[in-house]
Amino acid sequence: MALTLSAKLQKKFGSGFALAIELDFDTGFHILFGASGAGKTTLLDCLAGLTTPDEGMISLGGRILLNTSTHIDVPTFQRRVGYVLQSQGLFPHLTVNENIAFGLESNRPNAKVEEIMREMEIAELQDRKPGQLSAGQRQRAALARTLVTEPRLLLMDEPLAALDASTKSTIVNVLRRWNEQRQVPILYVTHDREEAYSLGERLIVLEEGKVIASGAPQHVLTSPARNAIAQLAGFENLLQCEVVAEHPEQGTMSCRVTGTEVVLEAPLTRVAGPEVVLGVRAGDILLAAERPRGVSARNVLLGRIESLEQRGVLVRLFVNVNGAKFEAHVTPGARIALGLSGEKNIWLVIKTYSCHLLSA
Amino acid sequence: MAWSALLLTLKLSLIVSAVLLIIGLPMGAWIAFSRERWKFLVESVVALPLVLPPTVLGFYVLVAIGPLSPFGHWYVRLTGHTLAFTFQGLVVGSVLYSLPFAVQPMAAGFAAVDRTLLAAAATLGASPLVVFRRVVLPLSKNAIVTGVMLAFAHTLGEFGVVLMIGGNIPGQTQTVSIAIYDSVQALDYRSANQTALLLLAVSFVMLSLVYGLNRSKWVVWPWR
Repeated sequence: MALTLSAKLQKKFGSGFALAIELDFDTGFHILFGASGAGKTTLLDCLAGLTTPDEGMISLGGRILLNTSTHIDVPTFQRRVGYVLQSQGLFPHLTVNENIAFGLESNRPNAKVEEIMREMEIAELQDRKPGQLSAGQRQRAALARTLVTEPRLLLMDEPLAALDASTKSTIVNVLRRWNEQRQVPILYVTHDREEAYSLGERLIVLEEGKVIASGAPQHVLTSPARNAIAQLAGFENLLQCEVVAEHPEQGTMSCRVTGTEVVLEAPLTRVAGPEVVLGVRAGDILLAAERPRGVSARNVLLGRIESLEQRGVLVRLFVNVNGAKFEAHVTPGARIALGLSGEKNIWLVIKTYSCHLLSA
Repeated sequence: MAWSALLLTLKLSLIVSAVLLIIGLPMGAWIAFSRERWKFLVESVVALPLVLPPTVLGFYVLVAIGPLSPFGHWYVRLTGHTLAFTFQGLVVGSVLYSLPFAVQPMAAGFAAVDRTLLAAAATLGASPLVVFRRVVLPLSKNAIVTGVMLAFAHTLGEFGVVLMIGGNIPGQTQTVSIAIYDSVQALDYRSANQTALLLLAVSFVMLSLVYGLNRSKWVVWPWR
């Protein structure tokens, strides 16, 4: 039977913050994305049974873990929900392999423990105590300790925050391999947008205790809640595009903004289909009154200023480039220097590396 | 030197600290982890011996173990004699009197264990008892040893409660502090001095061990 997680939860806090969540999801990576204080950790705590919601229901693969109306509340230790905490929670009095074996019935390091330590590349650290490990090593040990218990749902609270890129990719690869064999739902919390867009098969966006959008990253990014998400993601410009050409020799690919003839050059990335979403931060767009020459930026576009507004020290320009709309931010000083006003033609300069491939 | 009183006192202290280890662990755990609203009442009761005059505590214990109380009556029927003025009576009184010295450091030690570790252990499938045994206990080792040692040292030097409950029967209920009092009353200052000096030395060694164990912590008043 497929392990489907279904949860409907409500919890109010004295501070006025309220969590009201309805979630259903299958096996695979699901990214829970939201700003700090959106309720991500509270949601995970409820799923793990560390916090009891005021009202709600949680079922995992048909097994009821919580039902407040029938007073079922399976205690954490019987839920088989693996939870990799942000602070790792390694037992300081135990060595790495004792930590990893903690959740096993025998409590003793065995072949399974050795195998996972090898996969996580921490086998040589097995006799060290957590205090003698680096942040990345500790995180790998914590993850190994959870995976070895064969959880039926895996919760991860920013497990890769503050790790370097190579450690991150080692861990992600192990996780993906592990999940190919086990096929359990994984809920992965992050507030890092790169992770949010690169890891997940499904993105769930949380804001003020509520799910404001969920689905494939591409779908989520173009959903009605788009503005809030873009704000969270920090990309004011989200462009639905189609990959029309790849230039491996230049390390770029050409993406045509859907519904227009505007083509943007983005860093070459392996994509599943031709449809992609490009994110461009408004502050990354350079403006020029005349066509710039001799610049490295690959995207030099002529547009017309549709509107312009000033908020404090920020000037927001809305520019139409042959039907594709861009938002650009400049300082009031730049506005005066370039004589920016409505209905004026302006050149937009966007570096290839400022075009972020958000979903593929 | 009152050797029989000294031996009796050591025996009493050992038994009392053993009993307090056994009842202090669950009590300390309850105080540290319970979310009951009336927890403060239990904490206050446990702390009472710290502020009550030993005579008050001794008086109530004496009444409670006397043949007129239900407990005392039951004990007489069971054993044929009362608890008052016996060594067993001393144990009961001393356990109550030294309770906060054992329970408070233990509760403070348990409460100081990082809650994240408890949550992590639970998600790994450990039941609350297993979490206590495999995470909380090993991480509170010093607090437990401190509690037991303080209880031992405190029992070693108690006077009022022992006198109230046990009287002053040499070889049966006469502890070292009472023997010192007796010697002074009899103007045998030499004997009083020897015994007092020994008690001072033993107490100092015990406390040195406690402080040495908790070098960075303040343990005599382990309030949280």
